[in-house]
Amino acid sequence: MSLSLDDVRRIADLARIALSDDEAAGVHAKLASIFGLVDELLAIPTDGVEPMAHAQSIALPLRDDAVTERDERQAYQRVAPATDAGLYLVPKVIE
Amino acid sequence: MSWEVVIGIETHAQLSTASKIFSGASTAFGAPPNTQASAVDIALPGTLPVLNRGAVERAIRFGLAVGATINRRSVFARKNYFYPDLPKGYQISQYETPVVLGGGIDIVSPTRGPIRVRLTRAHLEEDAGKSLHEDFHGMTGIDLNRAGTPLLEIVSEPDLRSADEAVAYAKTLHGLVRWIGICDGNMQEGSFRCDANVSVRRPGEPLGTRCEIKNLNSFRFLERAIAFEVRRQIDLIEDGGRVVQQTRLYDPDRDETRAMRSKEDAHDYRYFPDPDLPPLAIDDAWIERVEASMPELPEAMKARFVTEYAIPAHDALMLTQSRDMAAYFEEAVRAFGGEAKLVANWMLGELAAWLNREDVHIGEAAVGPRQLGALLTRIADGTISSKAAKQVFDELWREHPRGHPVLRAEGAQFSVAGEDATPSVDRIIERHGLRQVSDEAAIGKLVDDAIAANAAIVAEVRAGKEKAFNALVGKVMAASRGKANPAQVNALLRAKLGAPS
Amino acid sequence: MTAPDTVTAQAAALARGDCSSVELTQRALDRIASMQSLNAFITVDTEGALAQAREADAARVRGTAGPLAGIPIAHKDVLMTAGLRTTCGSRMLADFVSPYDAHVVGLLKRAGTVLVGKTNMDEFAMGSSNENSHFGPVRNPWNRSLVPGGSSGGSAAAVAAGIVAGATGTDTGGSIRQPASFTGITGLKPTYGLCSRYGLVAFASSLDTPGVFAHSAHDCALLLTAMAGHDERDSTSLSHAQEDYARDIDASPSDAHKPLAGVRIGLPREYFASGVESEVAGVVDQALGTMRSLGATLVEIGLPTVRHSVPAYYVIAPAEASSNLSRFDGVRYGYRARDYRDLDDMYRRTRAEAFGEEVKRRILVGTYVLSHGYYDAYYLKAQQVRRLIADDFRRAFAEVDFIAGPVAPTPAFAIGDRRDDPVQMYLGDIFTIAANLTGIPALSLPAGFTRDGRPVGLQLQASYLRESALLAAAHRFQQATDWHARRPDLARVAGA
Repeated sequence: MSLSLDDVRRIADLARIALSDDEAAGVHAKLASIFGLVDELLAIPTDGVEPMAHAQSIALPLRDDAVTERDERQAYQRVAPATDAGLYLVPKVIE
Repeated sequence: MSWEVVIGIETHAQLSTASKIFSGASTAFGAPPNTQASAVDIALPGTLPVLNRGAVERAIRFGLAVGATINRRSVFARKNYFYPDLPKGYQISQYETPVVLGGGIDIVSPTRGPIRVRLTRAHLEEDAGKSLHEDFHGMTGIDLNRAGTPLLEIVSEPDLRSADEAVAYAKTLHGLVRWIGICDGNMQEGSFRCDANVSVRRPGEPLGTRCEIKNLNSFRFLERAIAFEVRRQIDLIEDGGRVVQQTRLYDPDRDETRAMRSKEDAHDYRYFPDPDLPPLAIDDAWIERVEASMPELPEAMKARFVTEYAIPAHDALMLTQSRDMAAYFEEAVRAFGGEAKLVANWMLGELAAWLNREDVHIGEAAVGPRQLGALLTRIADGTISSKAAKQVFDELWREHPRGHPVLRAEGAQFSVAGEDATPSVDRIIERHGLRQVSDEAAIGKLVDDAIAANAAIVAEVRAGKEKAFNALVGKVMAASRGKANPAQVNALLRAKLGAPS
Repeated sequence: MTAPDTVTAQAAALARGDCSSVELTQRALDRIASMQSLNAFITVDTEGALAQAREADAARVRGTAGPLAGIPIAHKDVLMTAGLRTTCGSRMLADFVSPYDAHVVGLLKRAGTVLVGKTNMDEFAMGSSNENSHFGPVRNPWNRSLVPGGSSGGSAAAVAAGIVAGATGTDTGGSIRQPASFTGITGLKPTYGLCSRYGLVAFASSLDTPGVFAHSAHDCALLLTAMAGHDERDSTSLSHAQEDYARDIDASPSDAHKPLAGVRIGLPREYFASGVESEVAGVVDQALGTMRSLGATLVEIGLPTVRHSVPAYYVIAPAEASSNLSRFDGVRYGYRARDYRDLDDMYRRTRAEAFGEEVKRRILVGTYVLSHGYYDAYYLKAQQVRRLIADDFRRAFAEVDFIAGPVAPTPAFAIGDRRDDPVQMYLGDIFTIAANLTGIPALSLPAGFTRDGRPVGLQLQASYLRESALLAAAHRFQQATDWHARRPDLARVAGA
């Protein structure tokens, strides 16, 4: 499959990573070679094979519905870039 | 030029668990920002989700209540997109294999009568945090207390054909989730939110392009938003335009819907099974346990009320609006021992008026079901008139201490709190001298006196004027200061005057 | 007398009172300082380490010290350590001080080990040479112009250089085994789920496995015993009964001359086809000869789909990573760009400025293979191929006890050699990746050297939860050989 420069820009958009035109070109070349490696998968016959999403087939464990966490805001917000009155601050979100 | 409106509703119901779906933080509403956001909820690096059994239990309960299939194996998937109230940059949801599949809800359509609205599915997912847009010097504040609250996303098939029908569906669903105790349905607090998918088409044509109106948190907004959107789409098409698929928001100030700024690249959420969560297994034993603990559902209860209590269907519908109402009714009937219809009348009349006036829920009513039963008993046994009973009711309400629940929910059952009621009813009757006079002789004397004192009215009565008769009854009642048993006054007057009954 | 530099020897010395934990710890700290040019450490916690050492010595006096008490260790900087910086080798977390301990960190702390610092690594565990670190490359103690391997290069170098006797690592595609092979030490990747991932900053969730580096299988067994165990905070954590791996390893074999009698070792023909450097092949052959002389039966087996490991991995791992790294958005912790126009711009610049090239590449690959229209062809396909590979291994383990082969096609290569060719770097993972895709345990043990003195490891893989047997077999090999006792010339290591 061929990856276009537009594809690269679109993926970078989805992944929220800024990419200048130069960077996009460089990334494009490297990604193309990676897909050259990966495309080998396409030809492998896998009809009827169950996909393997987990290394083991264990059942999902469940926890009891109980409040076990307490307020750690002070500790957690010590590492925050910007807060005010206990809220995390980000550039204004426009809907 | 007729148009058909096609509507599907997606509802996000916050499940009433104590802790979050994937962490042990509290879900209690109203805490200071970010004080109920654990390491998992704020997506600190290295944290992992662990599923809350209570969320699954509630999903099973919902599935059983709507006659759906409970998937014995369901998978959690990541829905990837960037937004500041979504800490991980993905929402854990369910995609290809949801926990509940199919089912349906019976509603009464204002236009089409009783219809069944099919459900596509219901699945578990986590709620996002909240963005506070009030000014923080041009910044937005993010509160993650809500992040991780369990949601059940309930998707209807596009079976609804009008805004009114959509509201009827939403109200019925709202009543149901509260009835089975999985969601408190508090729309102001965001516990129950609806998105409407709306499209229009000419009858017989394939489905039109739909628009999704998000986050409608009141029935009124739901109705207004759909109404506007339908008009907008019809106008657009009739003007030669085409409806573009998009997500829209309802602006209540302007009463219109408008397109959202695009949140995500053509909705490419890149769903894939969450590698941190093996598939959820639900066995038959679990489903049976939930089934055994299910309360009688509203439909069944309504039908039973009609046959068992001989009350009209409309009354039964009103009395099964909530389990609290129904429990109150049955307890009051039990305490009364007389005609259930009388209980129904009082609940839908006096009681409803007081609940409205005081803006309280029936579980917090100042007059409990046993008291109502005792009161109605005093009417039935002639101690007081209906009119006096209303006065007693008001007194009971005024003097009863607030804040004590009259009903207590214990799993599928309700029990009645509070002491035996008859003494308090009798006490008020005595204190206000409301005991009606039923003594034949005493009433006979009052009637004789009234006839003697109102010759003109008596003449009109003899002439066949019903209004004059009522006036005469009024005179007797006034003379007795309202205490005469009206039925006896009536009967005695007619007898003495030879008036037709 | 040379100071003890293995976990076993240090534990014995402490027990005998030959030295104190403070002495061992001070020596580790001194070595870090004198060998700074290796760049094995990102954060050193002098105060904290000495305090822990004093506490360990006090516990010994009280009589409450366990077998690992007082032993200095290091943690790969991908594991959260409360109160200490956890950077994952990235600018994104360059100043991030963790508010909590990873589960395995807590277990080793409770066992009384002394944490001297956090080791350098390929950024977010993505790499096979430790050249992808924001904090600069790590150098191989055997030859400072060579890479130590990756992504756990810092931990491997720290053990190989005798700074600490044991260190944790994580292995997603070979990131413990390959550096162990390149630096001449023993590295163990346990069964997926045996050690908790809670507090391990996720790269590829279904593949990430915490593990250990040490000088011997016996040492690894001691450390694994402390690290393994169910954790209810990790939904993929196995409920496996606690094992004492060291005790089992010490059990005497029935035949002292042929300690591996009855053991069947499978040799996949796919591993021994062309593509392995001849000197590596030579060392591996000789090691297998040793196995045979110890009584093992070598059996040729087939793993026909194993050659698809690399492409399958390079779809699955980046896909999971692309999602796992979305939380690094500058909102709640970590790097935030300084100049931005709006929220969207903040996201884009933060992630562009704070992620390195390899990380960005993998996020883009992962985003692509999950995107609409490509999911079935790539992601789903790769998961199906993964199933085929797991089936091959399951069939093989019905015939043999272990599967042996090279760890990597080459020994350690020169720093800078493969910077420009990611694909070439990826192909180096050919022998290690399958154990991650399937979740089986695997280890690398020192098996010899090339003519120019570069270490070469032998890989042994076993079926699920067969760590005991795996470590025992490795231990027997190490009792009959001394590759694991070789040390680099420390004078040269400490050079400028």
